Amino acid sequence: MPKKIRVLIAKPGLDGHDRGAKVIARALRDAGMEVIYTGLRQTPEDIVEAAIQEDVDAIGLSCLSGAHMVLFPDVVKLLKKRRAGDILVAGGGIIPEDDVPKLKKAGIKAVFGPGTPLSDVVAFFQKAGKAKGA
Amino acid sequence: MTDAEDLKALEARLKRWEETSLKDSLKALPERRATFVTTSSRPVRRLYTPLDLAGKSAAERLGEPGEYPFTRGIHPTMYRGRLWTMRMFAGYGSAEDTNRRFKYLIDHGETGLSVAFDMPTLYGYDTDAKEAKGEFGTCGVAVSSLEDMEILFRGIDVGEVSTSMTINSPASVTWAMYLAMAEKRGVPLTKLRGTIQNDILKEYEAQKEWIFPPEASMRLVVDTFEFGAKQVPQWNTISISGYHIREAGATAAQELAFTLANGMEYVRWGIDRGLRVDDFAPRLSFFFNAHNDLFEEIAKYRAARRIWAREMRDTFAAKSPRSWLLRTHAQTAGVSLTAQQPEVNIVRTTIQALAAVLGGTQSLHTNSYDEAYQVPNEKAVRVALRTQQILAHESGVANTVDPLGGSYYLEALTDELEEEAYRTFDRIQELGGVIPAIRKGYFQQEIANSAYRYQREIEDKERTIVGVNDFVVDEQPEVERLKVSEASYRAQLERLKRTRKTRDAQKHARALDRLRNGCEGDDNTMPLILDAVRARATLGETCDVMREVFGVWEEPLLY
Amino acid sequence: MASLLDGDKRAAAKLISLIEDDEPEAAEALATIYPHTGRAHVIGFTGAPGVGKSSLINRLVRLFRARGKKVGVVAVDPTSPYSGGAVLGDRIRMADTGVDPGVFIRSMATRGHAGGLALATFDAVRVLDAMGMDVVLVETVGAGQSEVEIASRAHTTVVVEMPLAGDAVQTMKAGILEIGDVYVVNKVDLADADTLVANLRFQIEARDGWTPPIVRTSALEDARIDELADALEKHAAYLRRSGNWKKRELDRARQEILENARRLLAQRVRDPGAAGSSFETLAQQVVARKLDSQSAAVRLLQVATRKGPRQRARP
Repeated sequence: MPKKIRVLIAKPGLDGHDRGAKVIARALRDAGMEVIYTGLRQTPEDIVEAAIQEDVDAIGLSCLSGAHMVLFPDVVKLLKKRRAGDILVAGGGIIPEDDVPKLKKAGIKAVFGPGTPLSDVVAFFQKAGKAKGA
Repeated sequence: MTDAEDLKALEARLKRWEETSLKDSLKALPERRATFVTTSSRPVRRLYTPLDLAGKSAAERLGEPGEYPFTRGIHPTMYRGRLWTMRMFAGYGSAEDTNRRFKYLIDHGETGLSVAFDMPTLYGYDTDAKEAKGEFGTCGVAVSSLEDMEILFRGIDVGEVSTSMTINSPASVTWAMYLAMAEKRGVPLTKLRGTIQNDILKEYEAQKEWIFPPEASMRLVVDTFEFGAKQVPQWNTISISGYHIREAGATAAQELAFTLANGMEYVRWGIDRGLRVDDFAPRLSFFFNAHNDLFEEIAKYRAARRIWAREMRDTFAAKSPRSWLLRTHAQTAGVSLTAQQPEVNIVRTTIQALAAVLGGTQSLHTNSYDEAYQVPNEKAVRVALRTQQILAHESGVANTVDPLGGSYYLEALTDELEEEAYRTFDRIQELGGVIPAIRKGYFQQEIANSAYRYQREIEDKERTIVGVNDFVVDEQPEVERLKVSEASYRAQLERLKRTRKTRDAQKHARALDRLRNGCEGDDNTMPLILDAVRARATLGETCDVMREVFGVWEEPLLY
Repeated sequence: MASLLDGDKRAAAKLISLIEDDEPEAAEALATIYPHTGRAHVIGFTGAPGVGKSSLINRLVRLFRARGKKVGVVAVDPTSPYSGGAVLGDRIRMADTGVDPGVFIRSMATRGHAGGLALATFDAVRVLDAMGMDVVLVETVGAGQSEVEIASRAHTTVVVEMPLAGDAVQTMKAGILEIGDVYVVNKVDLADADTLVANLRFQIEARDGWTPPIVRTSALEDARIDELADALEKHAAYLRRSGNWKKRELDRARQEILENARRLLAQRVRDPGAAGSSFETLAQQVVARKLDSQSAAVRLLQVATRKGPRQRARP
């Protein structure tokens, strides 16, 4: 049986706009993945701890308040510190195009801005899972 | 011929039309789709006729503008008397940054102020709180203290201009800061005009900017009704909002029903407090979304007015017509903006604004074309403001009252939305009322389901989003970035440090103690919060006291 | 393995994944840590969806931590039969305890297993036990026969109910009144609980010297959670004192051995080899009326147990 892909969908920071995160979680479920949705108001510590305990293949971060430039790289840094740097991190939300290269440099594998088709997001996580042997 | 005979004749004519002209036309040219639906996936028929309006008299359905049930508008002359307020939501960075933006907008013709706060402020945290990391000024202005509020309105006559503040859980504190600021300038509270959003119910349901549990929050809201009615009589102490409910994914019908259900809940709580409904109802205001589907939106506003009027007069026994009429602000739908080909957003915003105007809004914010990825830059916000000015002065739609009244389609749609709203009210009743329904996750689940369905329609290409799933170009949009400066952040931190150092420590501690005691008891919290603010307590400190006493809300099963 | 026994969360999480994926290394690893299990008090929670299990568990976690205990949680959610995926939403309710170093929370999907648990659930519990957790809370899906599954595996079974609003007569699932060690009536702030509590009291019988207590809880009263935690600790004490802890472990061991044997046998007849081909032949003979299925089973056992690789099947 093909291995299940496990994904953590998280909302770092104070931003409470969870429409996108919930839609993505459902779409990933419909694509056969196991999705742990952390809920709102997560710190990078909360997120990394959950990712480790749940042994996920990848993390999807959602932020619509503009705090992504600080919070997303914080998650990547903390994962490395906890020796869990093999967990891939993707980000989405209100992210201007010219922030994307900086995020990628900070270790965010993919950035899914407004208008990204769900199929693109699903494909990314499917690839992430396969990379871990799923 | 009598009306009944007219209708029968029409029925016969339509039948003939279907069997001849229509049939031939469909054979030669089939329709583009099997079903046509609104933005909310509501089916739309090919043709609407007087037959769709049979069953209700014009008097029942429409009335006259400015009279019960206000379907056609809340004033007899509407925009011929006074245009809607052009009120652009603005805020980013520090109070200085936003003060500059306010003045820019006023210079360019906006007629009312609207403040956007940053995340930490919205959640009752000071800029230097650990929860505020990375969030300073990115989606609104940071206001942690009375000093910030004073700088925010420097050079602006708050006795003359009306100010709307989009803030919810900490609204009492932010309002107190505004009032204290006005006081310091010698402006009597009775002269102040404005609105605080202060609509906590929709936070639990949609926007999630809650702090305290529902009962404590409702108490704070009713405290503002009571205080406002007596001390700040021209202030709208609440803006009962559907905008955010819609943005979170609800359909137009759900936006309408959930908002009015929330509204009625606030009225109930006010009455339970012992307030006379006519003393506070005239200061309840509303805030609806202006989304893509032109006619569905216009119908929504009209249905809202009619339902509210009926409920206020018949269910809540309000005597004054000022309690019956629904006053609303509208904002064009943020969620409809695309990051791709952003200049096209100008067109979306225009159509949405048109819907709000044809729908009779009292006040309007138009989004800027770059808002799919940032707080608007000056050029973009100017175009957004000009959009309203074009509608007001060049399009002609403001020249007559309720121009679309009587349209078969529009009136049928208004009726449909009204009926669906009442079915939703029944459902909420079955669940035990608004707050039990919140605890059961009813609103949250409905909204998440609608959001998912909408997204699937886009994925499956049943619904076209221009530039996103059709008419796509591979282009990097060139937009001038608006960034929050490091300097603003450091200045804000400095200011907070100074506030904490230079205030009268004893006065400050006493005021917070009295607030704590007041929260634990039954006192109206507004005077106590005002005292705390006057003693230069910060937003975070004041909210922390309330967090201590009221506790923090834990979201229910939300999946 | 060593780091896992030391409490390394990453190691524990990875082992649980191996177990969930039924990897060959999992069986070996489990065999290695097995001697280090048996200390943790395993408490299972069953009850209909929406009754508030997750929030209760969250508050218990906080309370047990305050009492100095290390707590593990395994929360099970159903896998969608259509997509094979799942949204595991129990962790949301435990957001504030997740970063506590003395807490480990794992969300698990049933992955097609009928009943309220995943196949891997109790092996995951063993991992948490071995890594040093004093208490392990298991939250079931709440539907189907989850209460039966959990009652046979946990030391203490908690049945969570909530009172219905209005006059509806509240029926309870058959069997639920027999398997609970502690009954919780939750959300008492939302509807009148007296009738439900009275009904439960009337119908629940003492078993083996233990009278299942009925605890009322609500989100608004912290004191009740203390009462619940006390009841759970009392039950553990009772089990140890009465010899029932050992007895339940023996019952469980018997059950697990049998289930493992069943599974091993089923695996063997699927694999190519003596057992597999014999199985086919036997099936043909049964259909041809040359042999009845009982006799066929005896023959199969003889063939299947003759020789075979050392394998460990999960119950």
